[in-house]
Amino acid sequence: MMRFGVIRFHGSNCDRDCYHVVDRVLQQPVYWIEQNQKDLAGVDVVLIPGGFSYGDYLRAGAIAARTPVMDAVREFAERGGLVLGICNGFQILCEAGLLPGALMVNASLRFACHFAHVRVEAVDTPFTWALSPGAVLRIPIAHHQGNFQPDVTPFQGRVLFRYCDAEGHIVPAANPNGSWEAVAGIANGRGNVVGMMPHPERCSEAVLGATDGVGIFRSLLCWWEEVGGYDV
Amino acid sequence: MTSSVWEAVGLTEAEYRKIGEYLGRDPNALELGIYGLMWSEHCSYKSSKRHLETLPTEGPQVLQGPGENAGVVDIGEDIAVAFRIESHNHPSAIEPVQGAATGVGGILRDIFAMGAQPIALLDSLRFGNLDTPRVRYLFEGVVEGISWYGNCVGVPTVGGEIYFDDAYRDNPLVNVMCLGLVEKDRLVLGKAAGTGNSVLLVGAPTGRDGIHGASLLASREFLEEPEDMRPAVQVGDPFREKLLIEASLELLQGDAVIGINDLGAAGLASACSETATRGGSGMSLDLDQVPRREEGMTPYEVMLSESQERMLVIVEAGREAEVYRVFEKWGLDAVQIGEVTDDGALSVYHQGQEVARIPVTSLTEGAPVYDRPMGEPLMVRETVSEDVLPPPDYNEALLTLVGDPNLCSRRWVYEQYDHMVGINTVVYPGSDAAVLRVKGTQKGIAAVTDGNGLLCHVDPYRGAARVVAESYRNLSATGALPLAITNCLNFGNPERPEIMATFSDVIRGMGDACRALNTPVTGGNVSFYNETQRRSVYPTPVVGMIGVLDDVNKYGKTGFTTLDNPVVLLGDLGTHLGASQYLRVTQNQIVGPVSEPNYELERRMGTVCREGIRRGWIASTHDISDGGLGVALAESAALSSEQLGANIALPNDPRPDVSLFSEAGTAILVEVFSADIEEFLERARAMGCPAQPIGQVIPAELLISHKDFGLLVNLPISKIRQSWEEGLQ
Amino acid sequence: MRVNVYIRLKGGVLDPEGETIKNSLQGLHFSEVQSVRAGKVFQLELSEEDPARARQRSEEMCRQLLANPVIEDYQIEIMEPPS
Repeated sequence: MMRFGVIRFHGSNCDRDCYHVVDRVLQQPVYWIEQNQKDLAGVDVVLIPGGFSYGDYLRAGAIAARTPVMDAVREFAERGGLVLGICNGFQILCEAGLLPGALMVNASLRFACHFAHVRVEAVDTPFTWALSPGAVLRIPIAHHQGNFQPDVTPFQGRVLFRYCDAEGHIVPAANPNGSWEAVAGIANGRGNVVGMMPHPERCSEAVLGATDGVGIFRSLLCWWEEVGGYDV
Repeated sequence: MTSSVWEAVGLTEAEYRKIGEYLGRDPNALELGIYGLMWSEHCSYKSSKRHLETLPTEGPQVLQGPGENAGVVDIGEDIAVAFRIESHNHPSAIEPVQGAATGVGGILRDIFAMGAQPIALLDSLRFGNLDTPRVRYLFEGVVEGISWYGNCVGVPTVGGEIYFDDAYRDNPLVNVMCLGLVEKDRLVLGKAAGTGNSVLLVGAPTGRDGIHGASLLASREFLEEPEDMRPAVQVGDPFREKLLIEASLELLQGDAVIGINDLGAAGLASACSETATRGGSGMSLDLDQVPRREEGMTPYEVMLSESQERMLVIVEAGREAEVYRVFEKWGLDAVQIGEVTDDGALSVYHQGQEVARIPVTSLTEGAPVYDRPMGEPLMVRETVSEDVLPPPDYNEALLTLVGDPNLCSRRWVYEQYDHMVGINTVVYPGSDAAVLRVKGTQKGIAAVTDGNGLLCHVDPYRGAARVVAESYRNLSATGALPLAITNCLNFGNPERPEIMATFSDVIRGMGDACRALNTPVTGGNVSFYNETQRRSVYPTPVVGMIGVLDDVNKYGKTGFTTLDNPVVLLGDLGTHLGASQYLRVTQNQIVGPVSEPNYELERRMGTVCREGIRRGWIASTHDISDGGLGVALAESAALSSEQLGANIALPNDPRPDVSLFSEAGTAILVEVFSADIEEFLERARAMGCPAQPIGQVIPAELLISHKDFGLLVNLPISKIRQSWEEGLQ
Repeated sequence: MRVNVYIRLKGGVLDPEGETIKNSLQGLHFSEVQSVRAGKVFQLELSEEDPARARQRSEEMCRQLLANPVIEDYQIEIMEPPS
């Protein structure tokens, strides 16, 4: 059993979707974590869901990054805890300084909601453990600010997913937002904190016609079983 | 020029006298202001009521008909769907981003006021032709407003329609539909009952938004430049709306709430009088308790403010703290502003003084109702000439049609809407109707909005009937059983007899169609005065229809899927080109006739389609409507994820142009799995629905031929897709 | 000539962004914050030497594009050219 916590900020709106997938698809224990909670005891992995925390006012993720629960997340991550930020969750992790870089407005200047292809760039993290290197996943995106830019070069993080075409080629036409190096998802150097713009929870059930997302969640479970967790 | 006191609030002298009769005295300025808004066309439905009463509203599936915040239908397994459509035309003409955004906010509140979790939005939008900067500004602003508000609040925008025509140049139409899910026994109504129970105002503080604003605009013609009416614009806050949804639904899990109502047009005045009317009660309000955003607001401004993201909650006396606790958790105001009384009056206090005292029902049920004079309905009597020439080049005609702004792909728009949040969307925008799963069950819900101003302009009675029939067909093509409709009726000035007669014809057509197809009307909205300097929009009834699928894993959607599958024409193609997009686009002609719908065939075809989908015989579907069979085939190819087209032999009719482009028929295009074709055709015949194999699925091309005329269309799919995808950019 | 243009929501128009930022600042213990109004700044470089004309042209830009006069006010600040 791997215990999941889903953070619910005011304005998160993919919180129930993440909860549903953990509960009904992965069938793992899942708990709500409120924005003022200061303690993450009892969970093995924290999901920071998508949405518009605090209305995206000021900068996407800026206000959520400065709530008490994020201090707890920082501490949790320092102890090696696993953290996955999806979409607005990725923006929050960057604003909180837990991941390097920033997410700017899409090059098109428009919100973009559609399926995108991403290529798996590294499989030695808990989040990509069960995936094949170079595998192409078809996952929906839905964001206005997903244009990733590194803060310093050389980039201090690790690239986990890059936008590609259906065959896995990194081509400009497949980059939906103008991200540097077609980045769709990154990890910190240690590999325990991951942010990604695509939404794996939106493609984890056959009834929705797409199931590539479930591989990312299953990776966590495989890693947990094989590596036996981390030292908290 | 000095106007009379009644004219200043938009009322007539007779109406002013009627107020005097209700009160037994002259109204004071506050009371008159309240009457002015409550008796406005927008709030009172005074011109439309008589006609709306003729619509069918009942059926075993209907749990709540017109008169509440939203209609409600039963989909089985103790689950109900609350749904409604509403217009925000006038606000969107003034400030498109905020006008459209607050339209989304308002309809969401109507749905969660029923205790339902909003699960989907659809919008029907109409603008002038895109060739002027002003229209571009309105179009892009409205899309931005819907995208901003809907995406932020976390309710997916799963469908809708967009139409461009010069008739909407000065008066864009923005109609938004929302649907939500509620357990049958947890339905909440907007009523204030039980003397001594508490009246709470929750959500955002009150400012001067919308004073003298949208409701009055929606009750008059645009005479001046919209820019001159600016101070009234309401600004939406989707973040606060999201918190309001969470807090309201959490509160409704308990049993302290007697009733809850949205604050929309006419603000507190409307919410209080409506809830008290439904509860057969009165209400006393202390305006000093209302949380304000601005200083120095008058009682008039507080009572009539249209500030967004507010709700009125009627709660059992002594249990107010339960409300405070929940709303504080979500960072929202919740303040007791009054109580339910038994004297049937709306009494308003300000600084200890009673400043208004009005019999509640005189604001609602007692509002004036008019039988407006009716002249000859507006319609186009000229019919399509027999010798309209076929297109010199069918390839070119078809490419022109699929690239027309009214027929091309809406991807540019719907990709700006989050259509997936909530992880219920099974069939995305682009098909005939959206399909959503109902978590925890096998069921699915299908929803569509449909309007056709052109058809109703040519023939209001038949046009409106065909709009209902087409919505029914859209749902049939997804495999859903249609249940009920909500309507949004967009018209010009009802004081013009010809407009009123047209309205009446539309209502008759809609009513006849709803009776024939067993889809009662559960509510909706009327928007009159969509005209500027006597230039009215097309009569545009928009239908929002919902249906149910027993197994959400078995649905129909558009786009060829499998090589060599037979393509079958279900139903009958039309026999003329009247009121078709083909005539409009290629010949610049808008002429009749409009054919009466074939309800019997519509129902049989629906049954065949549903059964074919349920049994897994049908691989893809597309209803035949705007642009006819030709456009339906082109879209089925353009939406094929496998780059598949079809080789089609047209029926042996002497006019292939009519077969390809008529919109007068009752037909659905279906792709059937090769192994199941015999069984499917036999079943269709047994059920009395014509089913004609017309070709098969082939790679990469669309070929259409006719026995006597040879190969008419010969197009690579890439070319079709290019025209279709680029039409809006 | 350098011109700074400040765009803000008109007084009385709801400013959800300012409200949310205010609440967050108060949450971070800046309890002296009474109100926040959000806005935008545009820095324009104009090939125009005459301050009066620069102001007039900037006002036109505000009316036609930079501000949404339905809900926003603007303020123009003419910066002296660097000497």
